[in-house]
Amino acid sequence: MTKIGILALQGAVREHAAAIRKCGVEAVEVKSAEELQYIDGLILPGGESTTMRRLIDTYDMLKPLKRFISVDKPVFGTCAGLILLARSIEGQEENHIGMMDIVVRRNSYGRQIQSFEANLNIKDIGQDFPGVFIRAPHIVKVGEGVEILCEHDGKIVMARQDSLLACAFHPELTDDNRAISYFVKMVRASIIARNKL
Amino acid sequence: MKNKVGTVLVKRGMAEMQKGGVIMDVVNADQARIAEKAGAVAVMALERVPSDIRKAGGVARMADPTIIEEVMKAVSIPVMAKARIGHIVEARILEAMGVDYIDESEVLTPADEEYHLLKSAFTVPFVCGCRDLGEAARRIGEGAAMLRTKGEPGTGNIVEAVRHMRKVNAQVRRVVAMNEDELMTEAKLLGAPYEILLQIKKNGRLPVVNFAAGGVATPADAALMMELGADGVFVGSGIFKSENPAAFAKAIVEATTNYKDYKLLAEISKNLGAPMVGIEISSLSSADRMQDRGW
Repeated sequence: MTKIGILALQGAVREHAAAIRKCGVEAVEVKSAEELQYIDGLILPGGESTTMRRLIDTYDMLKPLKRFISVDKPVFGTCAGLILLARSIEGQEENHIGMMDIVVRRNSYGRQIQSFEANLNIKDIGQDFPGVFIRAPHIVKVGEGVEILCEHDGKIVMARQDSLLACAFHPELTDDNRAISYFVKMVRASIIARNKL
Repeated sequence: MKNKVGTVLVKRGMAEMQKGGVIMDVVNADQARIAEKAGAVAVMALERVPSDIRKAGGVARMADPTIIEEVMKAVSIPVMAKARIGHIVEARILEAMGVDYIDESEVLTPADEEYHLLKSAFTVPFVCGCRDLGEAARRIGEGAAMLRTKGEPGTGNIVEAVRHMRKVNAQVRRVVAMNEDELMTEAKLLGAPYEILLQIKKNGRLPVVNFAAGGVATPADAALMMELGADGVFVGSGIFKSENPAAFAKAIVEATTNYKDYKLLAEISKNLGAPMVGIEISSLSSADRMQDRGW
């Protein structure tokens, strides 16, 4: 059975697990590098990216996460997860996992009182997707191999680069399962591709 | 397409993002940086930590905005601040300053002994304390987007937070197990809004996250509260009243993430230095019990 892990160091783990199960796929919490080998795809959930990074370092998970991505296993970063994936973070010298060719700006809509909901039109996913933006980042720039899936108010808020998917909002907080289903399809396709090799 | 701010989803969602994390009380920018570096998910900017509020006596009010601004400038994680129970204007001032979350807190001297804030009228989200499900549901009914146990702040004694977490969770289980035709009487007995109990029954849990607060002093205390079902942990005096705040802060963050890994808990509890000095609850006079503030 297809198994999708959720990096469970901190943040909205329960909601992602519930959304994945709704797609008929097994969801597991990942708290150590060892657990990465048993899963077919990984979600980096929303939360506080600085906190997650400290914990990734504490448990020596940075290299194993990079290795997971380098064998083309799909990863979906939402909000803080998008920041973890980005090659470059504005105003910071250091990135985190850094394997997606995008530049991001943290808290780019301001503080919590500017957090908002808006309907989005997402390429390959659909119209009127409920976007929940909470102290959200946005993608300032994308590299050549990155496809922009959604822009809102002139800001890039969702993109894909091969097996990496990232968005600035929180699909897991809504009942709309289309974004998670899209990722589940990516994971299923990657299993088929790997079995052919 | 218009952006909607201050929605229930955006307020509650913000608290969901803090799950599994530790929120630390800080009184200046240096402490805020130590907290962020240790992996705190947010900081609570205060003029004094609760144990110092106890010592100082008198009326405890909202912090000087200078301190809050200083903390907001120092860190990129969310900044919370406390307003007095029922103090509409303190809360509006904090909202205008751009504070990310307001704690309508019994740690400060109440401004209203009858009514809490109508929190749904604000754009900024609120966290409130609770000792039982009636209190929890009333606060949710007023618009709180996050709950925490009251515990007994500034004592370094976990016993009250344990009591409150167990009580709320036991009452939630009871509501979930009830027949729907029994809920109205339960609402009357608890002093809880009926609609909130109905939501709890349907979803099998509280509609907002519930953190532990009020007495967490060690990594083991934080892990205990997670074991009892807390979604995360507030640490007030426990960090900056300990001998080695940076080490305590980091250890409490790790303990909260890995609360079931007892070997690891043993490792991270080693050589931390002395925790804050605790207070036995029975030695507090009724006037000194902060948890009894709120209605």
